[in-house]
Amino acid sequence: MEFYRPTSWREALEIRAAQPDALPITGGTDVMVELNFDRARPAALLDLTGVPEITGWSEREGQIQIGASMSYTAIIAELADRLPCLALAARTVGSPQIRNRGTAAGNLGAGSPAGDSHPPLLATGAKVHLESVRGSRELSIDQFYLGVKRTALEPDELIRSIEVPAARGPQQFAKIGTRNAMVIAVCSFAIALDAGSRTVGTGLGSAAPTPRQATDAQDFLAEALPWADRDPLAEELANRFGELVAAAAVPIDDVRGSARYRRHALAVLARRTLGWAWEEYRCA
Amino acid sequence: MSAPANIDAPTRDGVGDSPQRPDGIGKVTGEFAYASDLWHDDMLWGATLRSPHPYARIRSIDISAALAHPGVYAVLTHEDVPGAKYYGLDHVDQPVLAIDTVRYQGEPVALVAAEHPEIARRALAKIEVSYDVLEPLTDPRKAAFDATAPALHEHGNIVRHQPVRFGKISEGQRAAEVVVRGEYQVGMQDQAFLGPEAGLAVPTEDGGIELYVATQWMHVDLRQIAPCLALPEDKVRMTLSGVGGAFGAREDLSMQVHAAMLALHTGKPIKIVYNREESFFGHVHRHPALMRYEHGAWRDGTLVYAKAEIILDGGAYTSSTMNVVANAASLGVGPYSVPHIEIDTYGVYTNNPPCGAMRGFGAVQACYGYESQMDRLAAELDMHPLEVRRINAISQGSVLANGQVVDTPAPLAEMLDRLAATPQPEPADQTDIRNLPGGAANTTHGEGVRRGIGYGVGLKNICFSEGADDYSTARVRLAAVGGEPTALVHTAAAEVGQGLVTLQGQIVRTELGIERVVIAPADTQIGDAGSTSASRQSYMTGGAVKVACEAVREMIFERAADQFGVPADELSLAGGKIVAQCAGVLAALADFLGTEPIEAVREFHHRPTQRMDPVTGQGDSHTQLALCVHRAVVDVDVELGLLKVVELAAVQDVGKVLHRNSLEGQIHGGTAQGLGLAVLEEIQVVDGLIRNPSFTDYLIPTILDMPPMRLDILENPDPHAPYGLRGAGEPPTLSSTPAIAAAIRDATGLPLTRVPIGPEDIIHSVK
Amino acid sequence: MRSRRKFEGRQPVSEQREQIGASRRTFLVGGLSAGAGLAGATMLGGSGTAVASQSTELAAAAAPPPDTRKITLTVNGQARTTDVDTRASLLDVLRERIGLTGTKKGCNQGACGACTILVDGDRTLACLTLAARYEQREITTIEGLAEGNRLHPVQQAFIERDGFQCGFCTSGQIVSAVGLLNERPDVPDAEIPELMSGNLCRCAAYPNITAAIRDARGEG
Repeated sequence: MEFYRPTSWREALEIRAAQPDALPITGGTDVMVELNFDRARPAALLDLTGVPEITGWSEREGQIQIGASMSYTAIIAELADRLPCLALAARTVGSPQIRNRGTAAGNLGAGSPAGDSHPPLLATGAKVHLESVRGSRELSIDQFYLGVKRTALEPDELIRSIEVPAARGPQQFAKIGTRNAMVIAVCSFAIALDAGSRTVGTGLGSAAPTPRQATDAQDFLAEALPWADRDPLAEELANRFGELVAAAAVPIDDVRGSARYRRHALAVLARRTLGWAWEEYRCA
Repeated sequence: MSAPANIDAPTRDGVGDSPQRPDGIGKVTGEFAYASDLWHDDMLWGATLRSPHPYARIRSIDISAALAHPGVYAVLTHEDVPGAKYYGLDHVDQPVLAIDTVRYQGEPVALVAAEHPEIARRALAKIEVSYDVLEPLTDPRKAAFDATAPALHEHGNIVRHQPVRFGKISEGQRAAEVVVRGEYQVGMQDQAFLGPEAGLAVPTEDGGIELYVATQWMHVDLRQIAPCLALPEDKVRMTLSGVGGAFGAREDLSMQVHAAMLALHTGKPIKIVYNREESFFGHVHRHPALMRYEHGAWRDGTLVYAKAEIILDGGAYTSSTMNVVANAASLGVGPYSVPHIEIDTYGVYTNNPPCGAMRGFGAVQACYGYESQMDRLAAELDMHPLEVRRINAISQGSVLANGQVVDTPAPLAEMLDRLAATPQPEPADQTDIRNLPGGAANTTHGEGVRRGIGYGVGLKNICFSEGADDYSTARVRLAAVGGEPTALVHTAAAEVGQGLVTLQGQIVRTELGIERVVIAPADTQIGDAGSTSASRQSYMTGGAVKVACEAVREMIFERAADQFGVPADELSLAGGKIVAQCAGVLAALADFLGTEPIEAVREFHHRPTQRMDPVTGQGDSHTQLALCVHRAVVDVDVELGLLKVVELAAVQDVGKVLHRNSLEGQIHGGTAQGLGLAVLEEIQVVDGLIRNPSFTDYLIPTILDMPPMRLDILENPDPHAPYGLRGAGEPPTLSSTPAIAAAIRDATGLPLTRVPIGPEDIIHSVK
Repeated sequence: MRSRRKFEGRQPVSEQREQIGASRRTFLVGGLSAGAGLAGATMLGGSGTAVASQSTELAAAAAPPPDTRKITLTVNGQARTTDVDTRASLLDVLRERIGLTGTKKGCNQGACGACTILVDGDRTLACLTLAARYEQREITTIEGLAEGNRLHPVQQAFIERDGFQCGFCTSGQIVSAVGLLNERPDVPDAEIPELMSGNLCRCAAYPNITAAIRDARGEG
């Protein structure tokens, strides 16, 4: 197996173009499990941690660019104020050790529906910046996921960064795990209120073959919330929102939980997180 | 006749002190070698091909492609087993390698030795086994009672049926004013030690084998290994390597015979290490249980009868099932005085994963059943759960279900009173999500959270029961080394983390009044020490070291009596000196010993026990009995089914505290494994297939799942045991599970009859 | 690579078993002296755990599979050059090529923490780390914490608090605790559990582990 460690983004793209079967690796927290268990025998590995252009984050016009090799630990430490939802989710990823190495871009690359970063990225309307020697393109996050562990990434492309708008209102994330730490999501949910445009974003994890938004629930809420009056949240409204979120899920029965429980839990999480977010909006 | 050493004498780091562990520095510096760390020049790696099917006939095995793989030194099947083709802990029924039938998923079928583990793995994939897949028998009730079920072994599917008939059940049923019934289930728990099965087999020039393995009982391994290799026992020399946890899972053989076979065949050292997934297939688990209970009582809460049917799924082979059945039967009503008892306990064969020893076996399952019943009775009578337990609590002089009279202190009522008096934890500070169910996963800010409190009481037999003479052997050699009296202690007892090596040093210091003690490596060059299980090693090997020290002391006194003309019974040992009652210090031990060490090898036997009568279950089957009680406080998010165990309080009678740090560690550990069984841990088996053989899906408690504990340790000595001690490692594993389950019931109002209790069991509405 | 370089104090079984009263290092590899840690206690060497740990010799015992690459790692301040399978995890390279077996393999998928090491001071799971990636980084393992015979304060605290039983997770616990105290020298008590939640202990020595970290806090 070949091993490449480019020291510039250009070089990384050239290697990727020349050898599309080279598997990109940043934190390694997903890729290495595949290698250790002999589930994957990639022809080559493309280590992106030596590429300076994709480290850290930057901000331009209210948009945060998260470099592909920025760790969860760094997201928690540096972006909790601008991207509260993503930071909350990052805090629930694996363990401190995993968070030190794992990246949101890696979560996207792996495409597992249980990845913890997906719901916040969906709820906040993130964009994925993909690049190849052919050029670059920008995909809205909901177009990125195609199926279980299948994404829109072309064989010669790399994820350069994820663009997430700085929070324009309250955000929440909640995740069901059967243990109080170091646990893969049974299901998870994120909500982001945009106080300016008076819209709502949602993201569901482990709820369908791909991470997804609950668009009906979003539309319903954007319409129904008393944005101007800032009235307390009506119980029926919260319940209806929960039902619509659950209806957007197409979960499966597996070793971690049943489809039925997942739907139920998503409804509860949706209701609760909306309640917390709305309280914050009202008091802002 | 020799003056007994006063154990309260101020010998530094003796019995009752908490000296540091002798293996501590090795363990904190990474230098302590576990079985998986072993290495030998020119060794090969062994690997095991396992059955993918829970039940199948083997039509053929073709090893030619695997054998031709470059780097492969050997591919072995059942035909290559040099001696006996079967082995077993209590009953010889398990093939070394499957012969014509596989009876569980993961059963070993063939072995490979190769120069690199990856080559071995690839060669395994090239072994072609042709199977006729059969319908697996996976329902233990069917295995027990349905005559049409396929017989998995010649003698049928019942490993053991043990009835208990005490009093006259019909009288009890007539007298009862209230009756509570329940059906309860316990899922399949795994020991999940962190250090995987591993070992190294080295062929010797005399045609024998040296084995370095992580095990709980070398001599029982030896008695199984030697016949399979067609070697006399003295040609199989075993040495204990570092053991990364055991909890019962290392009582059966795993890779021992396999590695030795490959080593004898290739003439090269063979290392085998299981990976985590293989480990889930490579050892026995805790028996799942199906239990039906019926208790009758008077309105004042006094129990008048108890009736139970307990079915324990032993899986494909016998392992420890016979003893697991005996424990569940004899301890089936727990530490309560019940005048009329009828219990039927069955251990059965199925095509599920084999089950055997795990901390507290048999007693753990029954405890969940009878404690659930005690709560049901309390609810029925509108009594406090502690009160109904107190009314029926055994004490010294009480009679147990097997007719055995409790002849040592058993202050259960006092323990319950102390538990009741233990302060309650404060309500959770809900402004910090870490204090709530779900924790940092942010699932509640207090919504749906209800607090519950529950209690559990457990009674565990200590040491082996039913007529077993599970003695231990110790050699103590006292010599002057560099001007200091130094004792060398040699036993075959397995240190698996519990701190036995520390205790051995403490006992020697106390008995011989010296400071320097060296613990020799545990191996089979000395007599049997019995198993590191049944909470027995402090009692048995501790006892053996103690009597060996007493013998050494006696020899010193005899020699000193001659030399100094002082009666032997006026002598004692303290501070490294021989001291006479009147004359004071006679000699420094080191000078006295000179170049003539004094050595004694002694066996220690506990008092005899009896087999349970096969029809009535009566008989004084237990050596010692130990009690632990728990109170659990649990916050439950009743809408999501998530929970946080807020606090666990325990009261345990240990007879005598030998080493407080180690003891508390055992109570923490036992309690945590009971917590795991209550709310987290289950090997999920569907149609005989394990669905979650990994640490991402078989979840054991993390530091965030382990609540703070309050411990209250009592010391009511058992006069039969060395220093009055009581085995302490298992009792907490019994009582924490029902206490936590009861707390969740208290919070939710749900019956919750099965452990582990998962979120979906709590979200009753979605059922 | 088929070097036969001996690892200090580690011999094959047959030699090791004969040894009595050997060097401290040999004792630490194999010995189980009840006197260890006690002033004036004699430490009898030998083979408490029977056999020397793996060493660089393993590399010879195990023929290097194809696709190897020569790399130089800086482990505990020492440069180590070895041929590795390009797919090899740092955990396997540490244990099987370099002979540092203190870092344990509990699950090989990042779910137990037994293989925690420090890379440039950050807590990292060696099983989820490709060895070939870390050529220019400072790797610290459990073997690199003590200074000569002087234990690191976290190691000392684990001994004093009995922060382990079987000890298999202990290397990972201690390295993780050292990493945690690097990150948060004044970590409040309430935050220790969450920050140590990546290290499983089946013996459940958790209360004592927490106590040890509290003791060691501020002593680093």
